[in-house]
Amino acid sequence: MMTAARATTVEVRLPSRLGFEKVAMSTAAAVAKLMGFREERIDDLKTAIAEACINAIEHGNRLNEKLSVGVVLSAGEDALEIKVMDDGKGMKTLPSKPDIDRKMHGEEDARGMGMFLIQALVDEAEWVVGTNGKGSYVRLVIRLDKEEA
Amino acid sequence: MQTDTKSKIDQTTAPSGTPVTVLRFEGDISSASKDAVIGSYQTLSKTTVKTVLLDFTKVEYINSSGIALVIQLLMEAANSGQKVLAFGLSAHFNKVFTMVGITKYAGLFPDQAAALATV
Repeated sequence: MMTAARATTVEVRLPSRLGFEKVAMSTAAAVAKLMGFREERIDDLKTAIAEACINAIEHGNRLNEKLSVGVVLSAGEDALEIKVMDDGKGMKTLPSKPDIDRKMHGEEDARGMGMFLIQALVDEAEWVVGTNGKGSYVRLVIRLDKEEA
Repeated sequence: MQTDTKSKIDQTTAPSGTPVTVLRFEGDISSASKDAVIGSYQTLSKTTVKTVLLDFTKVEYINSSGIALVIQLLMEAANSGQKVLAFGLSAHFNKVFTMVGITKYAGLFPDQAAALATV
């Protein structure tokens, strides 16, 4: 868990339109840079947050532009926590790890790698189902390495 | 808001003398890139084109939907007996392509010369 003390929060609201995940990516990258993250970890963060936003836009809000995706970045002393919120019902079960052989043989959809990438690129990833079937979010944490801090 | 993907087809020859077709991409590769990625690949002859290089040098952003299009291209190429190599990915996307297993079906190289040297 990140240190709660001295957390600085930045919030962004995105329309549910593909492409706007790049606004969250650049905002997160700017915050991470200010915190002292290495470029390599910033690239990891950008891909993870892009995939989380795309899932929220496509699956959570079903591309309904009347709904927005909320992104909250909380910068602590030793970690950056990101929450990406939508109006969907959330993920009750996580998809299995993508299998390139099955994809290449047409036995598995070529898509469906977003959640795998998120989990692989950040230190913590948690999908939280909203109460009353609404207001779900994904919570990501990426930690500053000792040599970065 | 999504940046258009541009694609261009070039012909070159490997040091071994083998003719090679290069698909050069520019812009973002995302769900909106189907025509640029799959469409341009499908204009290539399945009978005469045996080796395809994918040039990502001018691509800055690839998301999972874009990676899925690359996998679809690799599938079609494998079914046609074509060899596919890729070059010009950033260190980050080199890592992402490796994570999802694309390296099993397409060699990744830092630049065109390194890729052509293996043909």
